[in-house]
Amino acid sequence: MDFKDTPEQAKFRAECREWLEANAELKENKSGRNIDSSLDDHLKVAKEWQQKKYDAGWAMLHWPKEYGGIEASPIERIIWGQEESKFNVPGGIFEIGLGMCGPVMMQYATEEQKSRYLSPMAEGKEIWCQLFSEPSAGSDVAGLRSKAEKDGDDWIINGQKVWTSGAHYSDFGILVVRHDPDIAKHKGLTFFFVDMKSPGITVKPIKQITGQAGSGAGFNEVYFDDVRIPDSQRLGEIGDGWKVAITTLMNERLAVGDAKGSDIEEALILSKTKDDAGEAMIKNDSVREKLADWFCEANGLKYTKFRTISALSKGEAPGPEASITKIVSANKLQEIGNFGIDSGDMAGMLIDDEDGVSSFQGAWLGAPGLRIAGGTDEILRNVIAERVLGLPQDPRADKGIAFKDIPTKV
Amino acid sequence: MNLDFSNDQKYLQEEARKFFDKEGGLSKARDVMDNALQLDKELWQKIVDLGWTGIRIPEEYEGLGLGHLELCVIAEELGRSLAPVPFSSSVYFFTEALIKYANDEIKTDILPSLVSGEIIGTYGIAEDMHQATESNLSVSVSTDNISGIKIAVPDAGIASHMIVVAKSSSGTDLRLVDLQDSSVTINLQKNLDTSKSFFKVEFDNTPSKLIGKSGEGWIYIQHLLDQAAVLFAFEQVGGSQAALDMAKAYSMERFAFGRQIGSYQAIKHKLADMYISLTLAKSNCYYGAWALSSESAELPLASATARVSATKAFQLCSKENIQTHGGNGFTWEYDCHLFYKRSKVLSILLGSEATWKEKLVTSLEKTNTLEKG
Repeated sequence: MDFKDTPEQAKFRAECREWLEANAELKENKSGRNIDSSLDDHLKVAKEWQQKKYDAGWAMLHWPKEYGGIEASPIERIIWGQEESKFNVPGGIFEIGLGMCGPVMMQYATEEQKSRYLSPMAEGKEIWCQLFSEPSAGSDVAGLRSKAEKDGDDWIINGQKVWTSGAHYSDFGILVVRHDPDIAKHKGLTFFFVDMKSPGITVKPIKQITGQAGSGAGFNEVYFDDVRIPDSQRLGEIGDGWKVAITTLMNERLAVGDAKGSDIEEALILSKTKDDAGEAMIKNDSVREKLADWFCEANGLKYTKFRTISALSKGEAPGPEASITKIVSANKLQEIGNFGIDSGDMAGMLIDDEDGVSSFQGAWLGAPGLRIAGGTDEILRNVIAERVLGLPQDPRADKGIAFKDIPTKV
Repeated sequence: MNLDFSNDQKYLQEEARKFFDKEGGLSKARDVMDNALQLDKELWQKIVDLGWTGIRIPEEYEGLGLGHLELCVIAEELGRSLAPVPFSSSVYFFTEALIKYANDEIKTDILPSLVSGEIIGTYGIAEDMHQATESNLSVSVSTDNISGIKIAVPDAGIASHMIVVAKSSSGTDLRLVDLQDSSVTINLQKNLDTSKSFFKVEFDNTPSKLIGKSGEGWIYIQHLLDQAAVLFAFEQVGGSQAALDMAKAYSMERFAFGRQIGSYQAIKHKLADMYISLTLAKSNCYYGAWALSSESAELPLASATARVSATKAFQLCSKENIQTHGGNGFTWEYDCHLFYKRSKVLSILLGSEATWKEKLVTSLEKTNTLEKG
């Protein structure tokens, strides 16, 4: 047992590090808060950084060589990610494109389309989003109702998508819609990619419980009113939409990992430094108990990740242990945010005039969203129970009937 | 990055699992419970014959001279099987104390007999029903003879030797005692988990030998506890996995309202939570195993984390296994209570959850920076 890189990994890490040091600045403070810049500024900086990475060959390591990647192993992607995260560089804009849309285009688009779209995606010139969830189709995303009707060589799309990250600045999107409500739920879906500037598309940022809307990689509602998509932009066969979507969602589950934000480190620093009725908070037994619990969780997740990396490092398939990550980290984030706010006692609800919401307040406000995004706590428990432990599926009321006959209300 | 056991260690684990499956650890535990046997002699002899009591004992003393990681994988399988043998008392504690702190004379005298099984060792810390501290010890040593009473001593009825934590003129000593001496009185104490046995051991001017330096005993015992905590945590993880496996199997075969109870989300989510708790504990155990085997300065933090996490996991898995079994889970006939009781005993044998949380936070207080996961 050791935590060392193999010689090849150490060499790759050194290469990453060398390039990053020459091209970016190290973060001064690991847990520093994000400084809000305007969206346009953020996009500009993010696009420049992506282009820089592309030119040097770091932009989409895992992509096949024919599309400009280096077919990096999972462990090399992790090493790159570990090193890049130590630098003060923009993120959160291209992950959906490179992680989900790119691979789906490689698998299903024509050669002509691939040469048209993949390079600008990788270079950061064009941004992509993913249009799956709908107002009445969240955890049960296959229950989506946006319609696609064939009209000559085109499809006409009507309906609404929701929780679309980055739709307000995206150039293209991947889209699942229902072409036939008279057949079974999962069979009536078809998959497309769409130009987000198409006539009939309206993007409305969602104002979240944080009070934010449209900042950073914010969420949106996307309305489709008689939007025309050429049949040539269909990915997969008519009726294969669910199969194509599942491939993409599997990638999302992998991508949504640790909840970012206040963790045990910050709770510990706060407890050691903040005064509580004349003593450091850490002298309070109830605080000590919480710190112990959070440390067990945070440390357990850290070494769970190390176990996964160890398996990848040996070229083995990792076990299912990483499936616990999001549930544990999002709930811990919520508790630690709550704890940090409470440390202000009677005045904990106040927001600093200059600094804005503290990282603890931000964690507390954002955590409910993290417990839902990318699979709710409840769906993830089902996933663990069914796919890891092998328990049977729930009996379902939507099997063996046409989509239009599935109950939707009492 | 290689946070994993080696192929040889995994092979040893597999062999241990096959061995306990074949021997039927659970039925042996039940047999000991029903007949107040204190241990399964035949099973213990087989463990001795496999060489496991000598895993950590250097080859010059006729042991296998292996590391702590080999002990970790065996501990996990012992925990899974609930095998009623004095392995933890003799191997995790007594043997480690001698390897680490005893002089050559004592090592030559005792270690080969631990390998051959002629000697079984145990240890005594508790004297009353509260947390033992250096200042509340009353068993004391005077010119190499010790007097006083230790309670809740595991396996003392079958052990031949014991490490005793005792007050001396220079502070605290670790003392080696031959339990066959006529001045020693040993009485079985009733306890919640009768697949394990605990004893009251009275010393009356009993001859003893000093282990290590006089006055250093409390430091030694803390280190020995930290080491043993990692191994106990592996036992707890093994027990958690067995309880989860049992709950899962039952939820697949039991029908209610026309369907398998495992198809209800109420049961699925319960089992998912057991899995989450077990996975966190296991990963913390790997961290503990690394710290133990590499003699890292992080051992106090790593062992407390593994210990607290594994205690929580085994308590959750064993109690929710009963719940999943419904009324059957509350019967003597079903094995659920064996895990429930073992989880309780393991959770307090080295000190309570609260004690170890306090150790954990004390280590955190001394840490200047934590590296983000």
